Amino acid sequence: MANYNLKINGKTLKTEASPDTPLLWVLRDNLGLVGTKYGCGMAQCGACTVHINGEATRSCVLPVSAVADATITTIEGLSEKGDHPVQKAWDAIDVPQCGYCQAGQIMTAAAFLKKNAKPNLEEIEAAMAGNICRCGTYHRIKEAVQLAASQMQK
Amino acid sequence: MTKNNSRRDFLKSTALSAGGLILGFNWFGQEASAATVVKEMANEAGGTAFNAFLSIQTNGIVTIFSPNPEIGQGIKTAFPIIVAEELDVDWVNVKVVQAPLDTKKFERQVAGGSGSIPHSWQRLRKAGATARQMLIEAAAKRWGVSTSECSTEKSFVVHTASGKKVGYGELATEAAKLTPPTDVKLKDKKDFKLIGSTVKGVDNHGVLTGKPLFGLDFYREGMKFAMIQRPPAFGMKLKSFDASAAKASASGIEVVSFKDKVAIVGKSTWEVKKARDLVKIEWEKAATLESSDDHNRIFKELLDGKTEIRRKDGDVETAFKDAAKIVEAEYQCPFLPHNPMEPMNFFAHVREDGVELVGPTQTPQNAQNQTAKLLNIPAEKVTVELTKMGGGFGRRLGTDYVLEAAELSSIIKAPVKVMWTREDDMSGGSYRPAVRYRFRAALDKQGNMIGYTLRGAGINAGNSTRQDNFPAGAVPNLLIDSAEHKSPITTGPWRAPITNFLAFAEQSFIDEVATAAGKDAVQFRLELLEKAKTAPTGEIKYNIDRMKAVIELAAEKSGWGKKKKGVSLGFSVYFSHASYVAQVAEVVMKKGKPVLQKIYAAVDCGVVVNQSGARNQVMGGIVDGIGHAMYGNMTFRDGTPDQKNFNAFRLIKMNEIPAIEVSFVDNGIDPTGLGEPALPPTGGSVANAIFKATGKRLRNQPFIEEDQKLFESVS
Repeated sequence: MANYNLKINGKTLKTEASPDTPLLWVLRDNLGLVGTKYGCGMAQCGACTVHINGEATRSCVLPVSAVADATITTIEGLSEKGDHPVQKAWDAIDVPQCGYCQAGQIMTAAAFLKKNAKPNLEEIEAAMAGNICRCGTYHRIKEAVQLAASQMQK
Repeated sequence: MTKNNSRRDFLKSTALSAGGLILGFNWFGQEASAATVVKEMANEAGGTAFNAFLSIQTNGIVTIFSPNPEIGQGIKTAFPIIVAEELDVDWVNVKVVQAPLDTKKFERQVAGGSGSIPHSWQRLRKAGATARQMLIEAAAKRWGVSTSECSTEKSFVVHTASGKKVGYGELATEAAKLTPPTDVKLKDKKDFKLIGSTVKGVDNHGVLTGKPLFGLDFYREGMKFAMIQRPPAFGMKLKSFDASAAKASASGIEVVSFKDKVAIVGKSTWEVKKARDLVKIEWEKAATLESSDDHNRIFKELLDGKTEIRRKDGDVETAFKDAAKIVEAEYQCPFLPHNPMEPMNFFAHVREDGVELVGPTQTPQNAQNQTAKLLNIPAEKVTVELTKMGGGFGRRLGTDYVLEAAELSSIIKAPVKVMWTREDDMSGGSYRPAVRYRFRAALDKQGNMIGYTLRGAGINAGNSTRQDNFPAGAVPNLLIDSAEHKSPITTGPWRAPITNFLAFAEQSFIDEVATAAGKDAVQFRLELLEKAKTAPTGEIKYNIDRMKAVIELAAEKSGWGKKKKGVSLGFSVYFSHASYVAQVAEVVMKKGKPVLQKIYAAVDCGVVVNQSGARNQVMGGIVDGIGHAMYGNMTFRDGTPDQKNFNAFRLIKMNEIPAIEVSFVDNGIDPTGLGEPALPPTGGSVANAIFKATGKRLRNQPFIEEDQKLFESVS
C-alpha cells in the first residue's frame, strides 16, 4: 500500500492503494468517481477513458503509481455543469441508448477535438474506432462529434 | 393496500434455460382497472399520488414512475411519454423515477420480447387520462362550471368561456380526493402532441456527466466486493481448492465455496481480483467437454436423424417428386455471447429480516422469486431495486448472477456486490445457441414455389424454427421440423431469440429460390404474399398487408428496380416480436471487395411513441445485426470458449458501419415493440447484396470467417 495525492478534476484527492492498482479502480472504489466505466480490463473497449495530462488514456490498465503526479480529468470533471460542447452535442443528438460506454466516448472525443478542431469524417472515425458501443449508437456519436466540432469553432 | 389479484402479473413460466422459452411467458396479464388503482393509491399515499404511474406535486411537478427495467431500449422515456400525453402535462414539468419491483402496483416488470410497449400502451394511457379527468373535475368544482366546459393544455385546466385557468399543481390535492372516474376517454390519436415527437432520453444528463446510474456504480457503506471463479469449462466441476496464498495477499480476504464455485471476497475490486488469481483450484470432468468440431459433427447427425415436426402442410414428398427444379442449401451460425458493456453484477444483502437486492436485471420478479426459493423465505421478504443497465440483450433475463450474490451474502453474512470481469462474462455461458438449418424448395416449370422444407438443428436451442413464419401459408406443401442436442454449454435468449439468426437463413434462402426461379427478389416475395392472401395454406400468423406495406416502402425508398451504377442491392423482410421490418442493403465494390454502403429500413411498429428513441433502436439493431453477422464468433475447445475478451471477440466499430435510412409506416395501429425487430432482417439483406455484387453466397456466420479473402479490405 502507498499513499497518493492525485490531481483529479482540479482537486487534490488523497488515497491509499497498492501501486499496481489500475487508476480505474482507484477512481471507482476509493474515490467514488464511478463515471469512468469498467468494460474489458485490457484497453480494448474504451469505456474507462480518462484524460491524463490532456491525453485520452485507458485507465483500466494504467497503474496508479504511474499517474501520481499527473493531471487527471474524468467525466465528472470534464465541465462543471455538464455543459462541455461535447456533452451538449451528445444531448442534442440524443446519442445514448444504455449509456454505459458514453462517458468513455465523450472523453475520447473531447481530447481528440482539442487537438484537431476541424476534423473530417475519416479522422473522426479513426479517433473513435477504439471505443466500442454495444448498442450501436455510432451514427449518432459521429454526428455529435461533428456538431461539437462546429460549436467549438464558434 | 388491498390486494387485487386481477392486477397481478401472471408469470406462467420462469424457466429460461434455453433459447425460445421467452415466448413461453404469459406476459399479458389481465388489464388493470384504472379506477381501482387510482383509489387505492390515493388512499395509500394521501392526496397527491394519483395512481401507480404518477404523482403530482403542488408545485406542478409530475413524477411518473417507470416500472420496467431500462436496458437501453428507452422504456424509461417512452412509458412516461404515453402517460404525459394523456395527462396533457408539459413535458418540462415531468420527472421520471425508476420504480422498484412492486408486484402489487405493476404488471410485467420485464424487459424482454419487445413486449413492454404493446403490453402497457392502454394501461399507461388510462393512468394519464384518469388523472387528467380528475384534475378537470376539481377545477370545474372550484369554478362551479360543468366539466364539459373545461379542457386541458400543458399542465393547466382551462375554462374556455371565461378564460380562467389553473395549474395542475394547484389542483392536485383537491383532485386526488375525488372518486376516480370509471369511464375515461382517451385522446384521439390524431390529437397526440408528445407521442410521435422527438423526446430526448430522460437519463441523458446523468449519463453524460458520469452519475452513478448503473448496477456496477452501486456502493454501500460496509459493502464487500466479490468475484467468483466458476468452472473453466462447461462440463467441469470443482474438486478442491487451496486459498492460503489468496487469503495472505491482502487484509480481509475471505474465500468460500458453493455450487462448484469459489468466491473471493474482500475490500476492493483490485484486491479481490489479484487474490482470485492466487487461489489454487482443481477442477474435474463431470460431463462431456465439447468442442466446435464435435458440434459440426452433431449438426450433421441431427439433420440426418430423428426430428420433431413443427408444421406440416400438404404433401411435400409429391411436390418434390413433381418439381421442375429443386433448390437446397444449409446455413449455420455459431454461439454468441451477449456482451453487454456492463458485465454481470449484483448487490445482495441477506439479513435476518429480509433480503435486499440491487442491480441490473431484466426480470426483477424472477430475481425475487428465485432468491426467495433459494433461501427458503417468502417472496415478500425480498426487495429488488432496479438500476439502469449497461445493456442486456437477453443476458439479464437469467438470474444466475443475482442468485450467486444472494447465496454469497447469506454465507458471509454481509452486504456484497459480486462483479464479473469481462472474461467471466464472456466465458460464463447463457449464449445464443449455435444452429444449423437445412432448406429445400421445389419449383414448378413457371418458377412457382410448390414445396418448401426447413429443418433446424440446434445446440440447446429448443425449437430452432419458427414454423409459422413466412413463407408458411404461401406454399401449398411445407414441412418444418427440428432436432436438438443437449449440451453442457448453457444457452439463453439473445436479442430476438432464434430469429436473430433464423431470419438471415430464411431470407437468404428465399433469395436463392428467387434466383433459381429467375425472378426479382421483391416480386417473388410479393407473389408469395399474394398467394397467402388468395389461396392460403394452413394458418397464417403474420399480417399479409402489413408485411406487403413494408416491402413496398423499402423498395420505394431504396429505388429498388432502378439501376444504380456500381451498386448492388439485397432485400429482406421479417416479422418478429409483432413488428414488421423490411431492408434493402446497398453494396459497392471497392478495390475488388464488397463494401456495405447503406441500409434502408422500412419499419411498421404501429404508432411511433418517440421518434428519437425509435430511430435509435432501429439503427442500433441494424448495427448489432451487421456486427454479429460479419464478425461475431464463439468457438469451443474441450468445453472452454476460445474467445474471452474483446481482443479475441470482435465487436463492430464505428468505421465499419454503413449509412442507415429509417422510414416508419404511418398506420395509426397500436404500437408494438422495437428493441428487437430491426435486427433479424439485417444478415439477410447484407448477404443478399453481397451475393449480387460478388456472386458469392454467404451461408455461414460470421461472414468474415466464411470467406476471409472476400472481405480482406472491408474493415
